[in-house]
Amino acid sequence: MSVAVERLPGVHVQRWTRTSAAFTTALGGLVAVLAFAPVLFGANTLNNLIQLYFLVLLAMMWNALAGYGGLVSVGQQAFIGIGAYAVVFLSVQHSLNPFLAMLLATLIGAALSIPIAAVMLWLRGGAFAIGMWVVAEVFAILVSLDASLGGGTGTSAVLAFNLRYDPAHRLKYTYWAALGAAAVTLVVLYALLRSRLGASLQAIRDDEEAAASVGVRVRLGKGVLFVLAAAGCTAAGTIILAWQLSILPEGPDSIFGVNWSARMIFMVLVGGLGTFEGPIIGAVVLFLLQQYVSNSGVWYFVMLGVIAIGVAIVLPRGVWGTLQDRFNLQLLPVGYRLRQR
Amino acid sequence: MSWINAIVHGILLGGLYALLATGLSLMFGVMRIINLAHGSLALLGAYMTFLLTEHLHVSTYLALVPVLPGALVVGYALQRTVLERSLRAGELVPLLTTFGLILVIANLLQYFFSPDVHSLGSGSIGSASWRVSSSLTIPAFDALILGIAVFVLGGLHLLLRHTQMGRELRATAADADTAELLGINARAVYARATAIAVATAALAGVFYAMRSAFDPSTGPTQLIYAFEAVVIGGIGSLWGTLVGGIVLGVAQTVGARIDVQYFTLAGHVVFLAVLVARAVAQAGAFRLRWRLA
Repeated sequence: MSVAVERLPGVHVQRWTRTSAAFTTALGGLVAVLAFAPVLFGANTLNNLIQLYFLVLLAMMWNALAGYGGLVSVGQQAFIGIGAYAVVFLSVQHSLNPFLAMLLATLIGAALSIPIAAVMLWLRGGAFAIGMWVVAEVFAILVSLDASLGGGTGTSAVLAFNLRYDPAHRLKYTYWAALGAAAVTLVVLYALLRSRLGASLQAIRDDEEAAASVGVRVRLGKGVLFVLAAAGCTAAGTIILAWQLSILPEGPDSIFGVNWSARMIFMVLVGGLGTFEGPIIGAVVLFLLQQYVSNSGVWYFVMLGVIAIGVAIVLPRGVWGTLQDRFNLQLLPVGYRLRQR
Repeated sequence: MSWINAIVHGILLGGLYALLATGLSLMFGVMRIINLAHGSLALLGAYMTFLLTEHLHVSTYLALVPVLPGALVVGYALQRTVLERSLRAGELVPLLTTFGLILVIANLLQYFFSPDVHSLGSGSIGSASWRVSSSLTIPAFDALILGIAVFVLGGLHLLLRHTQMGRELRATAADADTAELLGINARAVYARATAIAVATAALAGVFYAMRSAFDPSTGPTQLIYAFEAVVIGGIGSLWGTLVGGIVLGVAQTVGARIDVQYFTLAGHVVFLAVLVARAVAQAGAFRLRWRLA
């Protein structure tokens, strides 16, 4: 935390408040408790929690791109699909341990994102958004043309998992993988945003031109976010594969489908674009909607679309951003605050 | 199908993509926003036409008579309700709301029309073609669409250059604040631009639906083709979209000549190649500026 802050008379610069320190400790405790869930709960609860974790992961990653980098992507499903299919490639075709394959697949996704970033980050606004969509479509077509990956009819990783683990163990390990991925990503993103680079990322978010004019390296910052978001979405893809086992390459609801973007945009908008805590809240909201209202079908997506449009227009800071502004709250502080002594 | 035949068919297909891209390009030119729901609005036009042909038993061409003014109204209302507020809420918000519209339109269409594939009749011209030689035929319907695309682009060109409304559009596009100082109502101008854009989208969507089958999820496909045509031709240039559409069409038909499965992929590859070329050029210019500084 080496950000130099000029000493001002009568003003106290602080990052932590009593609330935020208490909350961060409580969150750490919660993660530690959740690690024991496989001992405490049945398969149903674990399946639900896995879903919540990858939603949190996806929401954080989409927010990192859009909320901090100003990069609205409707093609992050490219990396979800790459993650899932990389696991199939490594574990089904090359008999690698599927959980090791999940880790390797995440690295593959991060590596692939570097050349993609080199081309796509020259685009701005809507051009970047649709450009990423085309990237996702290209990967979907390439996979569906490859008969060894199951072609257009999809594929399954049931055998790769069942060969080494019985279903109960597969679920347990998938649960820990999902919790671990979400927790690690949260910590990495948190550390990144609190670092010097994080300060410049928040400057980019607030005003890209102004940030560039005071020497912030905009392209580097966006590149780091892009690769991080790609790695996170790839990891989510590997977890989704381990969770649902069978995947399809093409169509809106497939692993490369645009419905993933719909979920990400919904969660981030509802929670609060560009706030650190918001996407987590958005993920919980979507999770609860899926549990208690509907999790598929026509009206589910109409609802997501209508709420997203409404929130974007009426409540542009989302639920959390609005609360934050009103009550001056920060639970996981990534900025600094000034207080008069 | 010979190579020359593939190229000729691609050029003609380019007319359809140019027609799809026209509205996208117009809205970007005037408001600097990319309407992600453009393809979905085109598809909506096709479904409304389908509804009329099914229930009133009229031909597709006759059904366009009420559908096109309807699309103008839809565009105008869309601007006044959703897009205008989105523009005010921030630079990225129009992307988010128009993406939300994709979901709403696609899923409502699925609810009312089922996920099944539909198609629109194209009359006797739909299957007619001129046989130039044993290896070259020209499909009359695609030639008609190219003609309509040139007509629409030409009409828009004349409208922008030579009418009071066109001058107001260009002034607002150049600088909305200054235009307002001179007494132009920018909000009304924006609404007119969106109305025209949605009407051209509906027209393109209907012709798209006469050429190939459609279902509630084909909106994004049309958006992507339109966008690729815009980018290949150069963002913001009206006639550029015709060039971009033709390049995209030729890429697809030549790709399909190699293997039918490569039709869409070949178009994406040419689009990405254009992006890579531009990234290389921009990175070069970037480094040069940096060295000079």
